[in-house]
Amino acid sequence: MALDKATVAHIAALARIRISETELDPLADELSDILTWMEQLNEVDTSGVAPMASVAAAELPMREDKVTDGGCREEILANAPRTARGFFVVPKVVE
Amino acid sequence: MSDPSLLALTLAEARDGLARKSFSARELTAAYNDAVSEIQPLNAYITPTPERALAMAEAADQRLAGGEALPLDGIPIAVKDLYCTRGVLTTAGSHILDGFHPPYESTVTDKLWQSGAVMLGKANLDEFAMGSSNTTSWYGPVENPWRRPGDNRPLVPGGSSGGSAAAVAARAALASTGTDTGGSIRQPASFCGIVGLKPTYGRCSRWGVVAYASSLDHPGPLTRTVRDAAIMLRAMSGHDPKDSTSAPMPVPDFEAALTGDIRGLRIGIPKEYRVDGMPAEIEELWQQGVEWLRAAGAEPVEIGLPMTKYALPTYYIIAPAEASSNLARYDGVRFGLRVEGDTLDDLYELTRAAGFGAEVRRRVLIGTYVLSAGYYDAYYLKAQRVRTLITRDFVTAFERVDCILTPTAPSAAFAIGEKTEDPIAMYLNDVFTVPANLAGVPAIAVPVGLSGDGLPLGLQIIGRAFDEETVLRVGEVLESAAQFRHLPSFVAGGGR
Repeated sequence: MALDKATVAHIAALARIRISETELDPLADELSDILTWMEQLNEVDTSGVAPMASVAAAELPMREDKVTDGGCREEILANAPRTARGFFVVPKVVE
Repeated sequence: MSDPSLLALTLAEARDGLARKSFSARELTAAYNDAVSEIQPLNAYITPTPERALAMAEAADQRLAGGEALPLDGIPIAVKDLYCTRGVLTTAGSHILDGFHPPYESTVTDKLWQSGAVMLGKANLDEFAMGSSNTTSWYGPVENPWRRPGDNRPLVPGGSSGGSAAAVAARAALASTGTDTGGSIRQPASFCGIVGLKPTYGRCSRWGVVAYASSLDHPGPLTRTVRDAAIMLRAMSGHDPKDSTSAPMPVPDFEAALTGDIRGLRIGIPKEYRVDGMPAEIEELWQQGVEWLRAAGAEPVEIGLPMTKYALPTYYIIAPAEASSNLARYDGVRFGLRVEGDTLDDLYELTRAAGFGAEVRRRVLIGTYVLSAGYYDAYYLKAQRVRTLITRDFVTAFERVDCILTPTAPSAAFAIGEKTEDPIAMYLNDVFTVPANLAGVPAIAVPVGLSGDGLPLGLQIIGRAFDEETVLRVGEVLESAAQFRHLPSFVAGGGR
């Protein structure tokens, strides 16, 4: 599968990674090579084979629905690049 | 002045020496703190923690004096900088985690400290554990303590647990923690001439370990001997309710499994592991391994693992897909690097562009693509179906054999910068290690010989799920037969 520039720009936007115009072409070539290499999986007949998400038990363990942690706002905020009055700060999102 | 002769001891010997009071934990840790400084040119540590190490050693000495010694009391170890350590900078080798001091401790490191181990510092790694050469770290490449005789070019230690492997090989840690998503414990162990163990999926908790690909990430130890790996694994293992994939299984005394008796065990030799372009010396060493195990009373059996050649492309779809989801959390808002922007999307995009290196960006983009509408079935679901077949290969093989013997890596260590141009050439390093991650089965890498140009080569034992005991037992027999006693060219304390 050959990826074009527009597709790379689209997935970069989905992944929220800014990529400069000059990087798009070389990146498209590189990613296309990797995808082409992956396509050897098409040789494998997987009809009737169930997909496997994990080797761990399919059923998640259940526990009582109660709070087991928390009450450590200051510790959490200590790692944030910008905070104000006990909150994380982001650019204005509502006009 | 600390005593460098202490650095030559294995973990088991140091444990016994501490119990006999031949030396104190403080003396042992002082020697290792000096070793950490001495090997600084290898760049194996991102953050040494010498004061914390001494304080932990003093606490261990008090317990040892009081006759209440813990299993790892006073044993100085390195921690891969992917494990969150409370109050200690944790980077994952990435710019995007600048200044991150976790307010919590990973389950595995917490267990190690509860067992009395001493933290020497945080070890360098490929960025977010993505790499096979430890050249993608924001903190610079790690150098292998080994060099080819008569050749001064620095070599890679393998990756992604490259700092963990280099530190143990250069005697600047008695053992270390690593993580193995596609070979990241076993391949660097092989490149550095030490032992690396990837346990069964679910054996060691992933809680508090920075996630790369959650269904494939396995915490495990790197050590100088198989016995040391058994000791470390016991301390690192156990059910953890905080990791929903952690297995509620009892933890055996793995050291007790090292009986040396492998008579009657059936050892699978998979013909598909004879890959094109593998050096003849690795093939010969593999044959030698078969003969060693036969001489010890085991029975080699040729087996087929027909899906082997599809393991790498399967891995390089599933791992980036999971990574693209896991790495969505690095947004410049809650921790780490932030590059300001006019809008929230600008903030995200600029932060992630500045914070992720080239290999991480490549994998996040590939992962985003294979999960995107229209391609999900063709790539991601297809890879998950092939993963089922790869796992079935192992289930079928283990109906006939007790474990499987293969080479660990298709080459010895290469020079820094040698394979970085072509991502796929780099991915091929993991050809023998990736299948065990997809199937979640345990595997150990044991150093067994030197290449023609004087570098360590390893063999791998793969076992049944939750049968690390057989893996360790056969690994130790291999180790005893191989008598690998070579030292790297750069060893702390001068190799005395």
